[in-house]
Amino acid sequence: MTSSAYVLEYHLVNYRRTWRSSALSTMVLPLLTMLGFGLGVGGYVQTDIDGASYLDWIVPGLIASTAAQTALGEATWPVLSSFEWLKVYFAQAAAPLRVGDILGGHLAFMMFRVLLSVVAFLLVAAPFGALHSLWTLAVLPLSVLIGLAVAAPVVAYTASIRSDSYLAILFRFAVLPMSLFSGVFFPIESLPGPLRWLAYALPLWHGVDLTRAATLGLGIGAAGLWHALYLLLWCVAGWFLARWRFQRRLVF
Amino acid sequence: MTALIHARGLIKRFGDFTAVDGIDVDVQAGEAFGFLGPNGAGKSSTMRMIGCVSPPTDGVLRILGMDPLRDGPAIRARLGVCPQLDNLDVELTVRENLTTYARFFGISRATARRRADELLEFVQLTERAGSKVEPLSGGMKRRLTIARALVNEPDLVLLDEPTTGLDPQARHLVWERLFRLKQQGVTLVLTTHYMDEAEQLCDRLVVMDGGRIVAEGSPRSLIEQHSTREVVELRFATEDQGAYAEKLAGVAERVEVLPDRVLLYVADGDDALAQVQRRSLSPASALVRRAGLEDVFLHLTGRTLVD
Amino acid sequence: MLTLVLPKLVSFEGSGGRAVRVTERNVNALKSAYWVVMAGGLLEPVLYLFSIGVGVGALIGDIGLPGGRTVSYTEFVAPAMLAASAMSGALAETTFNFFGKMKFMRLYDGMLATPIRPFEIAVGELIWAMVRGSLYSIAFLAIMVVMDLTTPLRALAAFPAAVLVGFAFGALGMTVATLIRSWQDFDLIGAGQFALFLFSGTFVPAEAYPAVLRWLVELSPLYRSVDLIRGISLGTAGWAQVVDVVYLLVLLAVGLTVAGTRMGKLLCK
Repeated sequence: MTSSAYVLEYHLVNYRRTWRSSALSTMVLPLLTMLGFGLGVGGYVQTDIDGASYLDWIVPGLIASTAAQTALGEATWPVLSSFEWLKVYFAQAAAPLRVGDILGGHLAFMMFRVLLSVVAFLLVAAPFGALHSLWTLAVLPLSVLIGLAVAAPVVAYTASIRSDSYLAILFRFAVLPMSLFSGVFFPIESLPGPLRWLAYALPLWHGVDLTRAATLGLGIGAAGLWHALYLLLWCVAGWFLARWRFQRRLVF
Repeated sequence: MTALIHARGLIKRFGDFTAVDGIDVDVQAGEAFGFLGPNGAGKSSTMRMIGCVSPPTDGVLRILGMDPLRDGPAIRARLGVCPQLDNLDVELTVRENLTTYARFFGISRATARRRADELLEFVQLTERAGSKVEPLSGGMKRRLTIARALVNEPDLVLLDEPTTGLDPQARHLVWERLFRLKQQGVTLVLTTHYMDEAEQLCDRLVVMDGGRIVAEGSPRSLIEQHSTREVVELRFATEDQGAYAEKLAGVAERVEVLPDRVLLYVADGDDALAQVQRRSLSPASALVRRAGLEDVFLHLTGRTLVD
Repeated sequence: MLTLVLPKLVSFEGSGGRAVRVTERNVNALKSAYWVVMAGGLLEPVLYLFSIGVGVGALIGDIGLPGGRTVSYTEFVAPAMLAASAMSGALAETTFNFFGKMKFMRLYDGMLATPIRPFEIAVGELIWAMVRGSLYSIAFLAIMVVMDLTTPLRALAAFPAAVLVGFAFGALGMTVATLIRSWQDFDLIGAGQFALFLFSGTFVPAEAYPAVLRWLVELSPLYRSVDLIRGISLGTAGWAQVVDVVYLLVLLAVGLTVAGTRMGKLLCK
């Protein structure tokens, strides 16, 4: 445990040099999305959804989506670079760190980044009056759950590839469809059957539904528990997959 | 007959830094010409100017009788360039690297294919023709880069440190291929900081230091001018080798004291060693060897690290 | 096919011929993984069309155009997605890939040792970006026709417009690429591109914005592109579209000139 803290420390020290360039996308992109879709497109949406205006309805979706996007960004290029280009992991593996420490420390840093982005988003969303319930506080642990459910399996994927072409493929064929069809922009009930089941299977929709219940103060009862458990399943399976892939790459 | 490369007072500055500080060079057809010097001496900057990808700050430069600024494409059409760092196309196979590159010279597809096969044979890479560039060893990459530089059958081949970082087998193979090119009458211009490479390949060379030319001539004549025929290396079993310097006075033309040994520059090494023993100075080890370009090089450019 | 035809159009003696050789290299470099990435580029606008155009469109219904005509939201968004995909395709190839080839692969250092000049590399890469972008545009226009979002004839007319949009953004992207200092600058470019994507009359008419903002929007290159393609695909083209074309042509000319000059400075130090 303490050893993964050293790894986390390394990533945090590194982040001190690079945070400026990511600050822009962390703060500005959510604001733009909210203005563009929430206010812009929302202005043309006539009906309420789940008893909320389109802006209020879309904000929690965007929060969950931001958590997933940040986790994805951190679980792809930085991980590939640590294996292929900068070879940071190999340097770490030469120190008395176990594979689990290296992976755990990096995942912890990714979750730190997820929290930063989500807090930034909440700060931007609050003045628009889009947060309706005290349950909004639950969004913080929730975003870590969503972030890890996405990051852990994606880290496993990244640890299995050698070229960044495969990252482009991941983003085009998996990430973009997931972001567009997981109930962030419109209710998935309007999706045709097979696509709806795909949305059920991927982690993001569960995160969106939970986050939406939190910011709008909707009681979703047992469904919420199932969502959380399903996300947890992605986290655990992803962790073991990732550790297996890391083991294969670092110990041979 | 005009020189293939003709430079007078050639200068290259980057901001306040002067990389090349007024050099005069003439390279004749069929010659193998070398630029020697420590890192930062201005060799690569000079090569880039000759390769017409770096405009001179001042001075005269004519390549193949043409002006690099005005006739860049026409000159480069007859040049082969092997840069210091391999910049092979990692998205192409070994053979495609040659055929695609040939197309940049306007060579027809059929000719490009034929020449690629000949060159792969020449650099002994035929078996790897379909391989990607990535898994090749350093030596193979270098040979491929050299083959690529020959794809347009150039009149003049520029090689920037052709064997740096290669293992001995790979170096000897590269040397042997370059020697064959030389025999075929191709003009070679190369930079190196390996003395054995310069002695092996160059008919004539210049030693550069701090952007200037500090010596010029054939390897043999440079050794004669700037060094004695032989060198005696003595190691004394003491911390302070310098203590022996005075006692060695008169034995050699020049005595150089290094932290770990003392060098005697002499015409006859065995005779000098006998004199040392007559003065009953008993070194822990003694070595007599012929003077080489390395002695000239270190004498002219100093022993201190420059980078 | 392409490699056979293109070189014959222009002799090697001219700059055009040498530029085409650079394009040819990219065709040769097409390998399996890259193909899939390219195919993915086609998917992107289609996914947006279905998500925002159809999915969100169901919540919106019809939308009124400035001229008083009403069209479905899907019809309204589809041409904008085409313009945006022409933009992002061209920018991906000319910023990210271009920078990678220049700084990371040092590909152009090798090319410059041949008779090819920096400006010709710029043109060659641009042609390549356009070949790729045009394939996307054809596919997307076909989808629009099948979904009855435009007529075949209008789709035919929209194709050259999409190519022009790609060319203009390609030239712009290449200029940007010569100004990039490190990979981290791509965050900035991405943010700028996303802002353009959201606010260029893509998802809502520019008339929906407050006056000052609206003028700003109307100056943006993507707005001019959306305006051009939407005008054609909805059959409302007029003088405004002529302005769009002139605007994009000027952008193309300026971009290419600046990019060629800057490349010369960067590569031939």
